[in-house]
Amino acid sequence: MSFEIFISQFFGGLSVAMLLFLVASGLTLIFGVAKVFNFAHGSFYMIGAYFSYQAIALFDNFWIGAVAAALGAGLVGMLLEICFIRRIAGREEEGAFQILLTYAFILILDDAVKFIWGPAYKTISKPESLAGSMDFGAVTIPTYNLFIIVLGLVIVVSAWYVLSRTKTGKIILAASTDTQMVGMLGVNVSLVMSLVFGVATAMGGLAGAMAAPLRTIAPGTGVEVIIDSLIVVVIGGLGNFWGALFAALLIGEVNAFGILWMPQWASLLSFAVMIVVLIFKPKGLFSREKGRKKI
Amino acid sequence: MNNKLVTMAPWLAYFLIFGSLVFAGGDHTIHIASQVIILGLFAIAFNVLFGTTGLLSFGQAIFYGLGAYITGMMAKSFGGDFFVWALLIAPVAAITLSVLLGALSLRLSDVYFTMLTLAFAQLVWGICVKWSSFTGGDDGIQAIPKPELLAGGLNYYIFSFIIVTVCIYLLWRLDRSPFGAVLKGIRQNPTRISFIGLNVFRHKLLAYMISSGFTAVAGGLYAGIDKSIHPDMFVWTMSGSIILMTILGGMRSFFGPLIGVAIFILLEDVIGRSTQYWSFVIGAIMITVVLLFPKGVVGISRHFAGLFAKKGGQLDNP
Repeated sequence: MSFEIFISQFFGGLSVAMLLFLVASGLTLIFGVAKVFNFAHGSFYMIGAYFSYQAIALFDNFWIGAVAAALGAGLVGMLLEICFIRRIAGREEEGAFQILLTYAFILILDDAVKFIWGPAYKTISKPESLAGSMDFGAVTIPTYNLFIIVLGLVIVVSAWYVLSRTKTGKIILAASTDTQMVGMLGVNVSLVMSLVFGVATAMGGLAGAMAAPLRTIAPGTGVEVIIDSLIVVVIGGLGNFWGALFAALLIGEVNAFGILWMPQWASLLSFAVMIVVLIFKPKGLFSREKGRKKI
Repeated sequence: MNNKLVTMAPWLAYFLIFGSLVFAGGDHTIHIASQVIILGLFAIAFNVLFGTTGLLSFGQAIFYGLGAYITGMMAKSFGGDFFVWALLIAPVAAITLSVLLGALSLRLSDVYFTMLTLAFAQLVWGICVKWSSFTGGDDGIQAIPKPELLAGGLNYYIFSFIIVTVCIYLLWRLDRSPFGAVLKGIRQNPTRISFIGLNVFRHKLLAYMISSGFTAVAGGLYAGIDKSIHPDMFVWTMSGSIILMTILGGMRSFFGPLIGVAIFILLEDVIGRSTQYWSFVIGAIMITVVLLFPKGVVGISRHFAGLFAKKGGQLDNP
């Protein structure tokens, strides 16, 4: 492998990793704070892409599309949380029912986009300002990929700042540890949960809009995305923000180089990585718990 | 006496409904009924994990598909007479695989377990699609030969009915055995079960193996209905549908999953043919059941039966 190919694959993997992180960090945030496993998280990625397609068709501006994607997916996410997910909180075997409820969202959202936008593929083109590519000596990297990497880093840093340096972040973290106590201190915990759900799904929707020029928009993309983000989240540890970042980078690069190494089987490599991690660290790479549970 | 009647009533209904179809059913009805009993076995075997032991696996389609592919591919390469033998080999292979997968996935609990089973299912499905020289890839395998005796739809239904009944009976005995009681205990309070001195992990693994073995029998039988198998039998929505059918019928009752399968298949036959938005309908049913009727059809009827019993003053009847 020449150095040029190495670098361009590396940056390709990095941009995939950032998109993956945008989705996976939302998934891990919802699980860490609200203790909800949102199986339908990939579907918010999908509807984000569709919202952005629709907004671009109306206003012919990529950035309005991105805002529409984030706002739209966030609102749908909050709505579903308020109308459905909240209703089953505290029930016996809550976890299993959450998975089933959000599984139903996947089926419904898939058919809903098919109903509204039709089963055919849709495409979005890159914004003109980012359509070119940059030369670094012998290596050329598409500007759009660099933009996604930068955007991902900005979101990582701002999420970290909000969660660990502001009062809002402290309330969110406290609510995840002791819901009742925080409620007694006068915080509207269910509103906080809905907002966290909204922000997380908005990140998923934004990721969908950002990925749309690189991939195609189609019903059913949510399922592919959720499987990838599951792998990321499980490797990094559910609820672990930095773990998700590391795992997204790992999976992004494994895919980017795996495709050179064994093109036909590359898509199965991430499963292999996940299985290896789970054998040695069942609760994710960064868990303090060692080995098997003693029951 | 009364109690014995109550325990035997579901069996009576089972034999009356599925037995009478042998004499009364047309071709289409027999086709539907074959699907119902075979998927019913799948759902009841799945419920050993979910309703009884409290393990939500999203990957039981692995064993269903494995059973179908082993039966189908063996019958295809060694001839139709081998079909019945392959049905015996399928559960053995599934149990072997389940030991491996179970040993890895059962170390985790709750959502981690569910997700790991899903990941394994996607891996197996991926292998099945990509290894097309061996498995036929996306197209699957068609024209699977069967023994001459089982060629017709009705004969195959009777054959499936006998096998499924034997399997369901074994699972029923298991459900009512001390082993079944331990599994229910694991669902309710695993810590206490380990205090009694029982090994929780080993019991979970046994439940996983048993469930997987019977699931493979169901998959093998399904390969004979339309004489074709395809990678969709491995796909995760297959596991998802089985979960929905189980809850729809009632996961807290032994025959509940079978009732759920029957309702689901009949609905699919009526609605699924007239709309292309069938998964929307499935999703809506799932939300309704999860929010309003988590105990399923059996739960609803038990609720009403309880009301009537109170009115009649039969409070002493459990």
